[in-house]
Amino acid sequence: MSVQTRPEERAIDIRPTPDLLPSQDGAHQTLAQPAEAVFKLTNLSCWYGSFRAVKDMDLEIGVQRITSIIGPSGTGKSTLLRSFNRMNDLIEGAHVTGTVTYHGVDLYAPEVDAVEVRRRIGMVFQKPNPFPKTIYENVAFGPRVGGMKGKKKLDEVVEESLRRAALWDEVKDKLGSLGTALSGGQQQRLCIARAIAVQPDVILMDEPCSALDPIATLRIEELMWELKQNYTIVIVTHNMQQAARASDETVFLTMGEDRAGYLVEKGPTAQIFTNPQNRLTEDYVSGRFG
Amino acid sequence: MAGHSASLASASAQEAVRRALTGQRINLGQVWFQALLLGCLVVALGILVSLLADVIQLGGGMLVERGVDFLTSNTSSNPAIAGVGQGIFGSLLIIFFVVTVAFPIGIGAAIYLEEYARDTRLTRLLNAAIRNLAGVPAIVYGLLGLGIFVLALSWFTGGRSVVAGGLTMAALVMPIVVITTAEALRAVPQSIREAGFGVGATKWEVIRHHVLPYAAPGIFTGSILTISRAFGETAPLVLAGGVLGGFAAPPGKGIVETLQGPYTALPLIIFNWAREPSDAFRQLSAAAIIVLLLIILLLNGAAILLRNRFERAW
Repeated sequence: MSVQTRPEERAIDIRPTPDLLPSQDGAHQTLAQPAEAVFKLTNLSCWYGSFRAVKDMDLEIGVQRITSIIGPSGTGKSTLLRSFNRMNDLIEGAHVTGTVTYHGVDLYAPEVDAVEVRRRIGMVFQKPNPFPKTIYENVAFGPRVGGMKGKKKLDEVVEESLRRAALWDEVKDKLGSLGTALSGGQQQRLCIARAIAVQPDVILMDEPCSALDPIATLRIEELMWELKQNYTIVIVTHNMQQAARASDETVFLTMGEDRAGYLVEKGPTAQIFTNPQNRLTEDYVSGRFG
Repeated sequence: MAGHSASLASASAQEAVRRALTGQRINLGQVWFQALLLGCLVVALGILVSLLADVIQLGGGMLVERGVDFLTSNTSSNPAIAGVGQGIFGSLLIIFFVVTVAFPIGIGAAIYLEEYARDTRLTRLLNAAIRNLAGVPAIVYGLLGLGIFVLALSWFTGGRSVVAGGLTMAALVMPIVVITTAEALRAVPQSIREAGFGVGATKWEVIRHHVLPYAAPGIFTGSILTISRAFGETAPLVLAGGVLGGFAAPPGKGIVETLQGPYTALPLIIFNWAREPSDAFRQLSAAAIIVLLLIILLLNGAAILLRNRFERAW
C-alpha cells in the first residue's frame, strides 16, 4: 500500500481478514468465520471393487479445527477418512471416483506420490498399533524414513513429540523399553506421538478411543484440543458424546438403500447436536436410531 | 416375617438345585468315546516307542562303545572300523546347498507373493501350485535331480556329485520354504503395515524395518524344520547319485573336485548298511539311525526354543 492513502482507507487495509488470523486460542475460535479448506471433496465416491461404500460426497474440511465424522456402523466413515491420505490404496480393489483435493491439489492425480501424501497427512488408528520396538524407535521411525539423520536431532524430535502427546513424563525414563508394553491409553498416545513426529499438517483419527477406558479417552480428547492449535484433525467416532465434547464441526453420514454411505448434514458441532437441520440427523443424535 | 418365609423358600430351592447339580449319572457314551481316543493315542505312541526301542536296543550298545570314533570314521567293508563320518560331512554339504540356494530363493519368492503380488487368479494359481509341489513325493524330485542336475547339467555338477544331490534337495525343500515364510509374513498384522505407511514409509521401508524383522523368528523356525527334513530325506539322493563309501575327499583334493566328486549322506549310509545281511552291519545301521535321530531332535528342539523365545502376542 502506498503511504499517501487516506487514514480511513489505511485503517481498513491493514486489518487482516479474520479467516487468515492464526488461531491463538483454538478452543474458542468462533466458528462463524469461514475457515480455509484443507480438504475439498467433490462428488467423491469410494469403492471396494464394484461395491460403493461412500457416495457422491461434497464436503470441505477446515484448517486447524477438529472435524468429527459420526454415523451408524457401515456408513463408510472409516473409508471416507482413509481416502484423505490414500490409505485405501493398500486395500486390493479399492478406488475412488470424484476428487479429493488437499490445499487445492488433487490427491489422486497420477503424479501424486501416496508416500508423500501420508507424510503430511498422518493417521492414528482404531486399535493402538505401536511397533513391537522400543518407545524411542516407535517415534523415531517416521522422521528417519523421512530422511532425518543424527542422534541429537532425532532425540529432540522424539522428546518434543512425546511431550506434545502428553506422554513424555510417563516414559522419559524408559524410552528403551517396548512400546507394546505400555497400557492401552499410553500406547494410543504413543501412536499420536509417532504421527506428529513427522510434522504432518493433518492428523486423521479413526475411532482412536474405541479401545480405551473413559479416563484414557478424556486424556486423548484433551490432547486433541491442544494439538488443534497446530494441526487440522479429522476424527471418526462412534461415540456421540465424544463428537459433541471434542469437535468444532460435525459431519453426519448415514446409509442409503444401496448400502452406500452418504452425507446428510455438516455443521458446527453445537448446531448438529442442538438444532440439526435434517430429520435423520435429529433422530440419530437424539438416540432414536443408530 | 416376609424375610423368614423367603429364607425358607430359598432353603428348599437350594436343596432342589443341589439335587439337580449333584446327580451322579455316568454318561456312558462319553466314557467310551474318551477311551477310544486314548486308545488311538496309545497305538500311535506305541508304534513309535517300539520302533525306537528296537533301534536303541540294536545299535545303542555299539554307538556307546565306539563313541566319537563312529562319528568320524569312514565307511568300510569291515564293520569293526566302519563309521558315519563321510555321511555327516556329505549331509552337511547338502544342507549347505539347501541354505544357500533354497532359502534365499524360497524366502524371496514368498515375500514377493505375500507383499507385492496383486491378488489375481494367476497369483492364486501359483499359490496352489506351490502347495501341491510341497506335497510331491521325494522320489519325483529324485528323478528331476537325475534328469536335470546329474545328466543335463553334468558339465557344471560333475554328474553324480554332491552338487547334484544338494541342488536336488534344495529343489525339494524350496516349496516348503515358500510356504512357511508366507505363513510367517501373513502372521504380521496388517495394522503394523498400516502404521508404517501412516508415517510416510515406502513399501520397501515397511517390509525392511517391520514386516521382515517381525516375521524373522517364524521364518527361522520354518527354516530349521526344513533343514531337519533335508537331513533325513533319502530317496532323491539315491537317484541323484549318492553312493556308499566313494566319498574320500583326501587331503590333496581341491574344493571343486570334492564338490563334483561322488558323495554319500547319513540316510544313504543307513539305507545301504540296512541291506547288508550280517548282524554287525544291522547294528551299525541302527547306530547311524540313532545319530540321525539325535541330529533331527536337536534341530527341532532348537526350532521350538526359538519359537518360544520370540513368540509375539499382537
